[in-house]
Amino acid sequence: MNNKKVKVAIIGTGNIGTDILLKLERSDVLECGMFAGRNSESKGICIAKQMGIPTSLDSIRAIQDQPDCCDIVFDATSAGVHKKNAPILKEMGKFTIDLTPAHIGKMCVPVLNLDDCLEEKNVNLITCGGQATLPIAYAITQVHPDTKYIEIVATIASKSAGLGTRDNIDEFTQVTRDALTEFTGIEHTKAIIVLNPAEPPVTMRSTVYALIDHPNMEAICARVHEIESKIQKYVPGYRIVTEPVYENGRVTTILQVIGLGDYLPKYSGNLDIITCAAIEIAENYAKQKILGDKCEQNKNI
Amino acid sequence: MSRIKIFDSTLRDGNHAVRHQIGKESIEDYCLAMDGTGVHTVIVGHGNGLGASSLQVGLSLLNERTMLQTARKSLEKTKLGIYMIPGFGTIRDNLEPAIADGVEVFEIGCHCTEADTTRQHIEYLRKLGKETYGVLMMSHMASPERLLEECQKMQSYGAMGVILMDSAGAFTLEMVKRVISTLYEGLDICVGFHPHNNMGIAVANAYMAVSEGAAIIDGTLRGFGAGAGNCQLEDLVALLEKSGIKTGIDFYRMLDASENVMPGIMEKDMGQDPISIVSGQAGVFSAFKIHVLKAAKEFHVDPRDILVELGRRKAVGGQEDMIVEVAEKLSRAGNMGSTDNVTYQLGSLL
Repeated sequence: MNNKKVKVAIIGTGNIGTDILLKLERSDVLECGMFAGRNSESKGICIAKQMGIPTSLDSIRAIQDQPDCCDIVFDATSAGVHKKNAPILKEMGKFTIDLTPAHIGKMCVPVLNLDDCLEEKNVNLITCGGQATLPIAYAITQVHPDTKYIEIVATIASKSAGLGTRDNIDEFTQVTRDALTEFTGIEHTKAIIVLNPAEPPVTMRSTVYALIDHPNMEAICARVHEIESKIQKYVPGYRIVTEPVYENGRVTTILQVIGLGDYLPKYSGNLDIITCAAIEIAENYAKQKILGDKCEQNKNI
Repeated sequence: MSRIKIFDSTLRDGNHAVRHQIGKESIEDYCLAMDGTGVHTVIVGHGNGLGASSLQVGLSLLNERTMLQTARKSLEKTKLGIYMIPGFGTIRDNLEPAIADGVEVFEIGCHCTEADTTRQHIEYLRKLGKETYGVLMMSHMASPERLLEECQKMQSYGAMGVILMDSAGAFTLEMVKRVISTLYEGLDICVGFHPHNNMGIAVANAYMAVSEGAAIIDGTLRGFGAGAGNCQLEDLVALLEKSGIKTGIDFYRMLDASENVMPGIMEKDMGQDPISIVSGQAGVFSAFKIHVLKAAKEFHVDPRDILVELGRRKAVGGQEDMIVEVAEKLSRAGNMGSTDNVTYQLGSLL
């Protein structure tokens, strides 16, 4: 067992950035070397300070000033800010995991294409709605390449949609739809995002609809459950709540994501589905690209 | 010049009543009949606006560009308008094409507590100099003070006015009075109201809104719309004129459109059937009605029970997938006797 940990930096101290910070505590291979943002009122900054993590209000400048603080960067700012950060991080050679809907790098859903993404310099995590629904859409279209149309609806609790999500609702909707087409190869797709302000807050849930002429429900169900259990390995609260049913000429699957309750309460599965994916990517990158290399060097010596 | 602007949502909200099946000829006939009657804009599209044609809320017969292009050709004097909810539609997929198709008036809407999700779209349109209004849906769910706060956000994004939708038809006259006067006092931009008729007071509520300072009423001919329908514009114009408030509407031409064109578009007359009344009382989105009836039939449960439960869960527009889930739960609980249902109903009345 290698005790060395790889250093990561988080830019963006909102809901997503802070949730990643707390999840890193459990990682065997990652540690946080910098938690940087712009908002001095951020609760996340207070939490990081209490944890003894280096913090900064200079956002990306903090990484430029101390390049050794990390090998991997999580960007949890906003689509607009990431567009400015991406070239800087590329220049610095930092493996960048983009949690905004900027969509500069390759789109990544760990259960679908993790290995391809580890060769990239910048990977994009699409959106929480995308992380939750793309695997199901993919599973269905694997069984039925003749699927005519795929639609997803992601409902998240208003309280768990931070400023970034609200400010980027347009990119959020658009990039989720674009990803549906990219991952399934189906041309006609649609993504709908609904914020629900109900109290107590609703748990993050998503519905996937597919139009298929003669669906093989048995094969679809089997594939969907297979992918569900693979996702559960990195997102423990992920589950299918209504298994694929054929009604009114459409195949309907409903899933929900119960969060780990690290930063926001458990209803905020929308945080976990994307932050767990980010950690999964970072850990694999760290093991393969950095710790793995070190082991080999040691062997050579 | 009238201080009241009438927004005509017949070809948008009315689409809910016919499961979004309004055809090309109906759009043509309607636009020709209404062009130049003095309504400020004719709003066209899927019941939930641009980008909403979907399995979730219902597929529309025509794609939205066909609807807009058809209407465009038949409107010369009256402006062509659209409605869009961010999260359903996007700038690239929906607003850019709509602009290219000649849309002049834009209503950008969201649930009443989520105004910040309209910032991008309102700012984008205002930068292009487009006539843009913010819309808050299901506005019975928030206090007047909260609604003012949300409207002020829309004002800061550049909206030229804000329109409150009583999407559930749950507003009483007193509520309208309190809310509209609060907004009128607190905003620099004009205030609008879009009533629904679940309790039979849509026209009265619109009149009350005008009395408290509203400058825009968004309604439909024959009240054609979701659930029990909307504020019937023919009635409203008659009432306003009789009360000495000028509307600038060519009343006879509006009545002609109502008489000659509407029967061809509507499947049946609007009215407060028992389901719509329960829906309004429970505060459920009017457009859920058709979905609720379908689910009730499929799962053999009382549609009124579904509505009361949806109201209790505070379902918002766009959450049509919750209807099937509720119906399925109720059908499973059906054997347990009616105690639960009574509790729900009492809960909703408190």
